[in-house]
Amino acid sequence: MMTDYRIKGETGEWEVVIGLEVHAQVTSNAKLFSGAATAFGAEPNTQVSLVDAAMPGMLPVPNRECIRQAVRTGMAIEAQINRWSRFDRKNYFYADLPQGYQISQLYHPLVGEGALTIEADDKAGIAADKVIGIERIHVEQDAGKLMHDQHPTMSYVDLNRSGVALMEIVSRPDMRSPAEAGAYLRKLRAILRYVGSCDGNMEEGSMRADVNVSVRKPGDEFGTRTETKNVNSVRFVMQAIEYEARRQVEVLESGGAIVQETRLFNPDSGTTRTMRSKEDAHDYRYFPDPDLLPLELDDAFLEECRASLPELPDAKRARYEGLGISAYNAAVLTAEVESARWFDALLDAGVEAKAAANWVTSELFGALNRMGRDITDSPVSPAQAAELLALIADGTISGSIAKQVFEKMLESGDGAAAIVEREGLKQESDTGAIEAAVDAVLAANADKVAEYRGGKEALFGFFVGQTMKAMAGKGNPKLVNEVLRARLG
Amino acid sequence: MTSITVSDLTNLTVAQIRDGHRAGDFSAVDVAEAFVAAVDAADALNAFIVKTPEHALAAAKQADADRAAGSLKPLSGVPIGMKDLFATKGVQTTAASHMLEGFVPQYESSVSQRLWDAGAGMLGKLNLDQFAMGSSNETSYFGNVISPWKRKGGDNAALAPGGSSGGSSSAIAARLCPAATGTDTGGSIRQPAAFTGISGIKPTYGRCSRWGIVAFASSLDQAGPMARDVRDCAIMLEAMSGFDPKDATSLDLPVPQWEAGLNADMRGKRVGVPREYRVDGIDADIARVWDEGIRWMKDAGAEIVDISLPHTKYALPTYYIIAPAEASSNLARYDGVRYGLRDLPEGSGLQDMYAATRAAGFGPEVKRRIMIGTYVLSAGFYDAYYTQAQKVRTLIARDFEAAWAHCDVILTPTAPSAAFALGDKSADPLAMYLNDVFAVPASLAGLPAMSVPGGLDRDGLPLGLQIIGKAFDEQGVLNAGLAIEQRSGFAARPDKWW
Amino acid sequence: MSVDSATVTKIAKLARIAVSDAEVEALVPELNNILGWVEQLGEVDVSGVEPMTAVIPNHLRLRDDVIDADPLTGGGVRDAVLANAPAAQHGFFGVPKVIE
Ligand SMILES: [Mg+2]
Ligand SMILES: [Zn+2]
Repeated sequence: MMTDYRIKGETGEWEVVIGLEVHAQVTSNAKLFSGAATAFGAEPNTQVSLVDAAMPGMLPVPNRECIRQAVRTGMAIEAQINRWSRFDRKNYFYADLPQGYQISQLYHPLVGEGALTIEADDKAGIAADKVIGIERIHVEQDAGKLMHDQHPTMSYVDLNRSGVALMEIVSRPDMRSPAEAGAYLRKLRAILRYVGSCDGNMEEGSMRADVNVSVRKPGDEFGTRTETKNVNSVRFVMQAIEYEARRQVEVLESGGAIVQETRLFNPDSGTTRTMRSKEDAHDYRYFPDPDLLPLELDDAFLEECRASLPELPDAKRARYEGLGISAYNAAVLTAEVESARWFDALLDAGVEAKAAANWVTSELFGALNRMGRDITDSPVSPAQAAELLALIADGTISGSIAKQVFEKMLESGDGAAAIVEREGLKQESDTGAIEAAVDAVLAANADKVAEYRGGKEALFGFFVGQTMKAMAGKGNPKLVNEVLRARLG
Repeated sequence: MTSITVSDLTNLTVAQIRDGHRAGDFSAVDVAEAFVAAVDAADALNAFIVKTPEHALAAAKQADADRAAGSLKPLSGVPIGMKDLFATKGVQTTAASHMLEGFVPQYESSVSQRLWDAGAGMLGKLNLDQFAMGSSNETSYFGNVISPWKRKGGDNAALAPGGSSGGSSSAIAARLCPAATGTDTGGSIRQPAAFTGISGIKPTYGRCSRWGIVAFASSLDQAGPMARDVRDCAIMLEAMSGFDPKDATSLDLPVPQWEAGLNADMRGKRVGVPREYRVDGIDADIARVWDEGIRWMKDAGAEIVDISLPHTKYALPTYYIIAPAEASSNLARYDGVRYGLRDLPEGSGLQDMYAATRAAGFGPEVKRRIMIGTYVLSAGFYDAYYTQAQKVRTLIARDFEAAWAHCDVILTPTAPSAAFALGDKSADPLAMYLNDVFAVPASLAGLPAMSVPGGLDRDGLPLGLQIIGKAFDEQGVLNAGLAIEQRSGFAARPDKWW
Repeated sequence: MSVDSATVTKIAKLARIAVSDAEVEALVPELNNILGWVEQLGEVDVSGVEPMTAVIPNHLRLRDDVIDADPLTGGGVRDAVLANAPAAQHGFFGVPKVIE
């Protein structure tokens, strides 16, 4: 059992308090308030409508799908869904913000209080399962992008992202270590991907975290926090927390005070620094967007959102464990929605769950790893794997032959049964043939038989190996064992 | 062809142009040319920021061709003026600001598109108060609009045409166009109509799409027509109204046939007269014309009902919190980045560019309102000002709700005075604001309201009567307006001096 | 609540409007005059009154998730988007260099 995460300072131990505001891009074809496309990587300003460019007289009209996905996400964290919510304007000036305000939700967010559970992880120092509170999820517009390295005296503005729908998922300050923050992010990402409301692609910026960090002496009140903006990987979030917590302890212990401020993370150095462009204290002058009426959701809409929710990671893991799959394998299989979906398809093909889980986590994942492939482009389909597993289960081939068959399946793309047939890999279960092979092995190794009978029982494995070798690996291992035991007495 | 002279043509109403063109009395090109000439001869009024004779003539040619082909549209052959707050594709749209000088929209506002689709042509973009902020048309970057009216008795003072749709009112009163678009946030159609002896209606909030209209205060802005009589207002409003999926506050309702529904018979109707509008020190001429209006309503068969709108006195201060608050945010997009003016002092950064651009691009009244709006929304003041104002706004709307139990329409003066001289009030913002005291309550409640000429004051200047109706009941408003129009015998028009 | 020149300066900065000292001095009484007048709203009893949210009874309509369904509110119109730009280069809007 690990002890609590503490930073050791000159004056004693410090506790870290962490809250995360995750901006998750809602999966939608078009933007939150305009019909422009949201696809990643387009030529600059080609996915910008007159609305997104905030031309005079342009007006926002909300995209139903974005609202729906945020509601489904809220349901997935068992949060309160607010049937009445409103969009507010957050006013500030920046070159990536064409309207001069971001349409967001402050006073009446779409989704209220919810939570998710991070799992105990001894290795990471998470002693027990822990519930992390989620204060709210609101829907808002993304900003555009500034490029600073294209021109000596100018920054360039690309509004392709401007107006793309984001969910801002605001946690409670419930995390106490970088590991907990990492686990929270991974779990949240998994839920979003299960729900299908965000692709979770952190490299493309589909998920970014604002990291709120403060430190305190255990038992004290919360300290002043800093907010490190737009950190875009789990590892960087953990680094940023670690750095920021240590920095704050140093400041406090040298008699300084923490300034509530916005900071930037530098992934190259793993450090944070004050964000110059946000230096002056902001007064966002939030007020309800007068271009938009209150958002009211009816029963039919909410029912459809709920009915369309898939089985979520926690439920799926519990179901897998109920099928006799080990806790470890169940966790591995449910960590990513694609593997879980693949495995569910395999289960649907009628395989035995436990053996299938073992095979997938060792053989399949091992092979994919070697090939540098994802489960989504696995060369073997669930149906093909089911065929292979069925051949093992009914004794047609042994586990070790199955490894060969699987290799050949990967090479040729052929089916397991066809390979077994063609290569003559069918397991020998004829007792007579096995007895003959065993007898020949024992006869050829009389000295070892004597040693075995003299008490060197470890030699049993040697006899098994020799027999299997003599049978070119096709002997039914169970029968080989039985015959050997009978012969050796 | 009968012997219709050019000046006859510019004296025609929208309905007369439409019907005369349809009947073959004249060609649409004749009409367009007559108005183009009138516009060209009226530079002294400064009613237009941009003239677009080519647009008007092209529409006229099309109208004549459509007549020959037997496919006339509701406004075929009718040239109109377009307030320069409506984005017009390929034609400079400025909101009368330096900020947008030279801005050429690549899109057409929904309302102007509807008018072109109905066959109308555009004579030009009409001057207005900058970003529609003003009640006298003295805040335009492109100079004051002058009313065609003069006080009788030798006072030659240049008079205000009202605001913010002062280019529209001046142009219609001077017969430069038979009708024009206006927008009304707190009286900007009704007050200029009253000042210039014409009619104008602000429909129910949501009737006319706001898409493509330079925004002032989103929860209040409504487009509407201005014309010489009630029928023309009905015709224009029919063409301008209708559901627009691009505006989330657009009403998804069919557009009634208001012109066909016109009926001046007020029998069975109750006309409310709110006692709070009869303020202490009310101008004697205003009171007289109001009383006459009441008489005409009775004469048309209506029952007159004394009603109370108790929160009336709070409407104007409520408006002057909500409108600037919304404006301060709506006008944040004018930052010199994507269009419009950019002022980039040597060596300045992005935020300096914003401040310099906005200092240079906005006039004093626009800056004043942005400052007020910024202040009332700022941390620590939001609830005391903005939330309080929105609550009082609820009470003002409830006042009207309660009144509808007793009456069908409400009759009031449109403005507390006749047109004042340019420069008279421009030094005192508050005095200027008070001019909208009667117009603002209906704006805050989103209700349809119109101004029709009621008579002349002692100086021979027009005074307007306002009719406020229930939400969606533009017909009731127009009908009451028609009943007044038929009885007032208002035929005064300014002598041509320009 | 009345504003002083420091407040006016702060508000002008928030609103990104450059103001000279003389303009600030002129604005102080002007804004105080207007603010003093609107503050009469404070005397209205609004207990139990909800702030206005929709002036006409109407529901927020939601649109379908379709790309470029209406060309007027769709993308793929870069030329139109950049047509009035004070500084457009290589398909971008140019602004003075920003240091984040
Ligand atoms: Mg944040
Ligand atoms: Zn956010």
